[in-house]
Amino acid sequence: MKKEYVMGNSAIAIGALCSGVKVVAGYPGTPSTEIIETIYHVPHKDVHLEWSVNEKAAMEVAAAAAYTGARSLVTMKQVGLNVAADPLMSLAYVGIKGGMVIVVADDPGPISSQTEQDTRRFADFARIPVLDPASPEQAFTMVQDAFLLSEKYHTPVILRPTTRVCHAYASISFDENYCVKEFDGFEKDSSKWVIFPKLSFKNHDMMEKRNVQIAKEAGSYRFNSVERAQKPTKKAVFASGISYSYAKEYQIAHDDVTLVQIATAFPFVEDFALDILKDTDEVICLEELSPYIEENLLKTAGRHHLNVVIKGKLTGCVPHAGELSVEKVKQILDSFYQREEISNETEVEFNIPDLPVRPPVLCAGCPHRGAFYAVKTAMRGKKSYFCGDIGCYTLGNAKPLDMVDTCLCMGAGVTMSQGFNFVDKDATSFAFIGDSTFFASGLTGVVNAVYNEADVIICILDNSTTAMTGHQPHPGTGFNLMGNFVDKIDIETVLKGLGVKTIRKADPLNLKESVDVIKELASIKGVKAVIFKSPCISIVKHEDCCTVNDKCRTCNICIKKLGCPAIVKINDKVCIDESQCTGCTLCNQVCPHKAIEKKKNG
Amino acid sequence: MDKNILICGVGGQGTVLASKLTASAAMLEGNTVHSAETIGMAQRGGSVTSHIRIGDKAFSPLIPDGLADLIMAFEPAEAVRNLKYLKKGGTVIVNKKAVKPVTESLLDTGYDGSKMIAFLKDNNIKTYVLDADELCSSLGSVKFFNIALLGVAVATGDLGLKKESLENEIKTKVKEKFVQINLKAFETGYKLGQELCF
Repeated sequence: MKKEYVMGNSAIAIGALCSGVKVVAGYPGTPSTEIIETIYHVPHKDVHLEWSVNEKAAMEVAAAAAYTGARSLVTMKQVGLNVAADPLMSLAYVGIKGGMVIVVADDPGPISSQTEQDTRRFADFARIPVLDPASPEQAFTMVQDAFLLSEKYHTPVILRPTTRVCHAYASISFDENYCVKEFDGFEKDSSKWVIFPKLSFKNHDMMEKRNVQIAKEAGSYRFNSVERAQKPTKKAVFASGISYSYAKEYQIAHDDVTLVQIATAFPFVEDFALDILKDTDEVICLEELSPYIEENLLKTAGRHHLNVVIKGKLTGCVPHAGELSVEKVKQILDSFYQREEISNETEVEFNIPDLPVRPPVLCAGCPHRGAFYAVKTAMRGKKSYFCGDIGCYTLGNAKPLDMVDTCLCMGAGVTMSQGFNFVDKDATSFAFIGDSTFFASGLTGVVNAVYNEADVIICILDNSTTAMTGHQPHPGTGFNLMGNFVDKIDIETVLKGLGVKTIRKADPLNLKESVDVIKELASIKGVKAVIFKSPCISIVKHEDCCTVNDKCRTCNICIKKLGCPAIVKINDKVCIDESQCTGCTLCNQVCPHKAIEKKKNG
Repeated sequence: MDKNILICGVGGQGTVLASKLTASAAMLEGNTVHSAETIGMAQRGGSVTSHIRIGDKAFSPLIPDGLADLIMAFEPAEAVRNLKYLKKGGTVIVNKKAVKPVTESLLDTGYDGSKMIAFLKDNNIKTYVLDADELCSSLGSVKFFNIALLGVAVATGDLGLKKESLENEIKTKVKEKFVQINLKAFETGYKLGQELCF
C-alpha cells in the first residue's frame, strides 16, 4: 500500500484508477480540472485519457465505453453539465453496462463560476444516483463505491464534490498496482442501445422502481451516518457534503448535538431519515446551494404525518447564497440550540485599515490586453457592442480596458453579437472568444452568423492554450493527453470552412497593425473574423523586459490606458517591475514621450 | 499536536510549495494533517492563502476564525487581510515589501505596505518583520523567500516543527537541481530566525 498526501481531485483520480477505469474524458473547469491532470501525471497504462472538445463530447465518449462493459469516468464543473445535459438525460433511460461515473464539481460561493446551481438537483432531474463527499478521504472511497453502484444497477452515477473538497488535501492509502478492469465488449442489441419512445416508456418505469431499491440499499451505506449526542436530545442536525465537516467541529465542542450525514442525496434515503425524524421534534439542514435535503425531509415528514419542525434555507435559518463555513455553521447552530452568544475568547477584534483590493487581472504581457486595447482604439467614438466569453479574457472587463459588455456562458459571445446586430444596425458588434472556447462551443455560433447574414466582427484571441484553468492542450495545440503530437486544427481553415469570407490575422502586441485591421473590418459588411495570435505568457520564455528612461514626464498614460500590473508608481515615479514584465512593449507603443525602452532582462 | 498555520500572499510568490513542505514535514513527525489551497481567478496577482491544520480534531479544511497559531505572510496587506484567522497571542511573520495591485496604481493611492506593518505593531501583535530582498540577497533570487521564511518560522519555534523534518522534505520534495539552493535558503532563514528571537 502506498500512502500519499493529495488534493481531493487527485484522490478522485486515484480512486478511479484503483477501480480499473478504462476511459477518462472531460473538459477543464475549476474546480474539477486536476482530476484529469492527476491521471495524466501518474501511471495509467492502457487507459484512454482525453481532454474532450467539450463536456457533451466527453459524456458521449465515456457512455460508449461503458456500453462495452469498460469502466469510464467523465469530469467537468457544474456548468459543464448544462452542456452535457442532452446526452445525460437520454443516457439515464438507456443505461450502461460497465461502471460509469460522472464527476461534477459544484462551486458554492460561487468562487470561479457563473452559477450556484446544485448538481444533486440535476441528478434528481435525470433520475440517476448522486454521491456527495464531505472530504478528500470520502471522495476517494466514494468514487470506487460509485463504480460498483453504477455497474450493479446499470446506471451512470454522479459524484458531486464541491470546491472545498476538490481543493483540500488529505492522506490516502492505495494499492499502486492498479490496472484496467477486464470487460466483455459491446453486444449489439438495438432494443437496448437505440433510444426510441417505446424504450423510454419501458425504462422510465424501471428507473423509478430501481431508484426505490437503491434508496433502500443506501440506507445502510457507510457514509449515511448518525452520530448521536452524548446527552438525550429531541433535535438533530442534517448535513450534506462539506457542511458535514463544518458541523462535525461544532459537534465535537458540544455534548447535545446529534449529527446526521446524508451522502446519497438522490435517490433520497427516506427510511433512514424517517428513523431519525421520528425521535425528534426539531431538525435543521446544513447544506450549500439548494435546500435539497431540507425539501426531502419535508416530504418525508408530510408523508408520515410527523410533528417535526424542519429548518434550513426555506425558513431563513441558512443563507441561500454563498458558501457555509465553520463560523457560519456555529452561528446557525448556536441559534438552533438557543445558546447565549458567547464571545469567542480566542478571537481578537481588530479595526482593520483599508486594504488594497486585488481583483483578478490580465497578467503583465498578456496578449489579450493588446487585442482589447487595439479594438478600443480603432472604435473610439463609434457605437459598438463588445460581447465577451468565458476565459481569461473575461478580465478585459476591468478598468481601464473596460471592453466586455456582456458575458453569459461558453460560446455565447459569438451568437450574442449577432443579436445586438439584428436590433441595432448602426453599431458595430464584436465577439471576443478564446481558442479553446472557440473549439468547445464557438463553431455553431459562427455558422449561425454566416447563415443568418449577421454583420459582426469575431475576434479570436488565440493564445495557443486553455489558459484560465491552467494551460491544458486543445485541438489547436497539436498535442493530446495520450502524449501524442497530432495535426493542429487550424482556426483560419475552420473559419473558411464555416463560410467566413473575410479573415485577417494580427499580432495583438503590434498595436498599429491590430488597429488598422479592425478599422478595415469595421468598414466591411458581413461576417468578419480576426485571429489575434500570440502565445499566453505562461507557456513561453521571456528574455526581454521594458524599462523607463529619463524622458518620462510622469503623465501616467501607460498606467491609465493599459492597466498592466508590471507598471507601478514608486515615490511618484513610473517604474516597471522587471520580475513581472515580459517585454511585450505595449507600454512603449502608447508612451507619447518615447520614455519606455526594451532591453534584455537580467 | 494541534496547530493551525496560515500562509498568505499574492499569486506567483511560492506560497503553495511552502504549504506542501510544511504539511509533509508535520506528517513526517507523525501528525494527521489536512490543508486547503484557496486559489483565486487570476493566474497571477490575486490574493492566495494556504490553510494547514495539524491534529486529529480538524475536519474543516479551512482554519476557523481566531484559531491560527501562525500567519506567514509574503505581503504586508495580505497579513492584515487574514488577521481574523489569528489566535489571541498568535504570531505573524511578514515580508515588508508590498505587491501593488493595478487598482492601486490607477488610483495612485501610494500604497507601499508601511501602514500595514505599522498596524500590526500598533495592535501589539507578536510580529516578525522580514525584508525578503535583503534575506534573499545571498541566494540570487527573491523567489527562494518561501523556503527562507520556513527557516525563520522553525527557528523562532512558531512552526512547531523540527529543523531536520523540513530539511528532509526539501531534499525529497523539491526538484533535484533546486535542492541545494533551497537548503541554503532554509539555513539563511533559520539563522535570521535565531537572531530575531534571541
